[in-house]
Amino acid sequence: MHDLLPEPDEAAFAAADAGRTVRLSAAKPGDRGVIVDVRAETHPGDHGVDVGELQRRLLEFGFVEGAHVEVLHEGAIWRDPIAVRLDDMRIALRRRDAEDVWLRLDAPGAPRP
Amino acid sequence: MTDASLPTAALPGARVALVGNPNSGKTALFNALTGSRQKVANYAGVTVERKEGQIAAPSGRMLSVLDLPGTYSLRARSPDEVVTRDAVLGKLAGEQPPDVLICVADATNLRLVLRLILELKAVGRPMVLALNMYDIAQRQGLRIDLDGLARDIGCPIVTTVATRKRGVDDLVAQVDGLIAAGALSADSTWREPDAGQIRDAHREAQRILKANVRPAERPDTFTGKVDGVLLHPIAGLATLFLLLFVMFQAVFTWSKGAGDLMGDGFSAVGGFLAAHLPPGLLASFLTDGVIAGVGSVLVFLPQILVLFFFIILLEDFGYMARAAFLMDRIMGGAGLHGRAFIPLLSSFACAIPGIMATRVIDNKRDRLTTILVAPLMTCSARIPVYTLIISAFIPNRPVAGVLNLPGLVMFGLYATGIVSALAVSFVTRRLFWRGAVEPFLMELPAYKLPDPLNVARSLYLRGKIFVTRAGTIIFPIMILVWFLSSFPGAPPGATDPAINYSLAGRIGHLLQPALAPIGFNWQMTVALIPGFAAREVAVATLGTVYAIGGGARDALVTTLQHHWSIATGLAFLAWYVFAPQCASTFGVVKRETNSWLWPGVMLVYMTSLAYLAAFLVYQTARAVGLG
Repeated sequence: MHDLLPEPDEAAFAAADAGRTVRLSAAKPGDRGVIVDVRAETHPGDHGVDVGELQRRLLEFGFVEGAHVEVLHEGAIWRDPIAVRLDDMRIALRRRDAEDVWLRLDAPGAPRP
Repeated sequence: MTDASLPTAALPGARVALVGNPNSGKTALFNALTGSRQKVANYAGVTVERKEGQIAAPSGRMLSVLDLPGTYSLRARSPDEVVTRDAVLGKLAGEQPPDVLICVADATNLRLVLRLILELKAVGRPMVLALNMYDIAQRQGLRIDLDGLARDIGCPIVTTVATRKRGVDDLVAQVDGLIAAGALSADSTWREPDAGQIRDAHREAQRILKANVRPAERPDTFTGKVDGVLLHPIAGLATLFLLLFVMFQAVFTWSKGAGDLMGDGFSAVGGFLAAHLPPGLLASFLTDGVIAGVGSVLVFLPQILVLFFFIILLEDFGYMARAAFLMDRIMGGAGLHGRAFIPLLSSFACAIPGIMATRVIDNKRDRLTTILVAPLMTCSARIPVYTLIISAFIPNRPVAGVLNLPGLVMFGLYATGIVSALAVSFVTRRLFWRGAVEPFLMELPAYKLPDPLNVARSLYLRGKIFVTRAGTIIFPIMILVWFLSSFPGAPPGATDPAINYSLAGRIGHLLQPALAPIGFNWQMTVALIPGFAAREVAVATLGTVYAIGGGARDALVTTLQHHWSIATGLAFLAWYVFAPQCASTFGVVKRETNSWLWPGVMLVYMTSLAYLAAFLVYQTARAVGLG
């Protein structure tokens, strides 16, 4: 979908973020970028499965290095969970489970893949 | 192999298994392939649904098709996915290995399934790829080089539109062709992939995708627009609650006529038998045991069908994943998984389909927590009890101008059920099963218009499963409860109702001192024993112990007003919010958990809560002068 460009004021904020590497768990709706790393390290023992298993599940769902991500929506309570576009799919996940996914934010006006 | 050019010869049958991602239209394709020739059961030893159907290929060969649970990977994470993995590998106990696999893929969403295909290739079985929803792919202007793709993945491809039955014959012919050509399974080289191998597989999938698929010219923007509303933090939740409201209205209004008709029907059959059979054990067994017992469960069938109709419709539309997204944090606060939403919702009609629906929850602890709290949701069997006691003890007076007190009490009883379910789950997760809940990772599928035929078929299947499973569990329990309430019979010249002399009566009298602190008299205690069959049976049994014949409800209301204090009436309501007065639920829990431990845990915790709640209500009410 190519019809939802950020509003101008959001774009100004986003411009400062462009090129920055952030955890997916910290991203806001409208943020988009490329996944640069999927790790297995944050909060071991806090996911109901070990972090290696969480990493494999993320990878299986397509959270792999090089994939394009855009945060579409967030929940009403604690802005959690989040819904993201991952290449051409839509995935919902909790922020807590998204901490090991690192993405490099695009510049706001950058062409979409 | 048999020569395929001799169609008259009986060809040996073959086994085919359907594998694919969730939301790939796999079940629709299974329905299109097998039509009504389907059998639904469980796999041996596990509570995973086994769906099998038969196809007669044009060559005369019979193909038996197994619809395996959807998965993203053979690295199984849930009981369902273990079944898929083991069936594909040919290691599933009690199952013959499949001769051919059909991998079902959503043609508009190939990335993840390509990785699954690479895993399936390693298993070494002959395979056909069904590119399903091909019409949508064409409409979006997605260009797929079918020959190139077939070459790259090394298996034949058939394009299908399951809902229109398009490509189905071609698919059967391809499968039959593979078998006739003597395609054999190679040795499996599949190993559980580690993170590096998953990354490699994605790279390979990406390469295949790039080489053979041109991105859609007119991608689906509808789903994004609808999600803008349905996943909105405020508008989304408002829509969800509106949908729930409409659904409950429908459950209780649409089904009322049919439910009443069934209830009347069962009463009429019972009355007919009572009138035409010589009075005695047989008549009592048939009317009070069999007809009343089975009828008391089947009257809920219309409600359950209406509820399932909505659930299937929303599921097929793609909304259920959104509901789980919206509810995840609310449920998660109580330690429940977002997917527990549907089972708990179903439990408002009846805990039995609710508990059966917990199969969608992957993690065992998440699933058990949901099963344990499901009966706290106010099921429709409580309504007759609630309305009886409310009309006897709650004065019909307006509150704050627009509301009325009975309605408010009813609402309070529902709210208490929900709040205590969340509280019990919270305590369970904090005290007994520490540790975080499973990761919540879920695909939000593109919205699709539900196919009426598939909805009808799923609804029929759900109804059939409820009737057969519930029926086989409930029937023996009804017989037991009837036996307890009928033996031994009343001595000659007895003046009290016969139930008073029965085993149930004796147990009731024995228990009465224990229940005195919560304000229950012996008539109530006795009524609780047959009331164990199903909650609403207690209403009829109270009629019996107070010797009011023919179900005259008004007379019963007056009698209760004379014999019970308000405190007792309120305590009875509090008891019914929590009490495990439903033997069928235990039967289903035993079946779904494969152990008597969990029904036992449920019995103990629910009875304790019921006693505590009734005690507090009774003593408080007495303290304020309602005793």
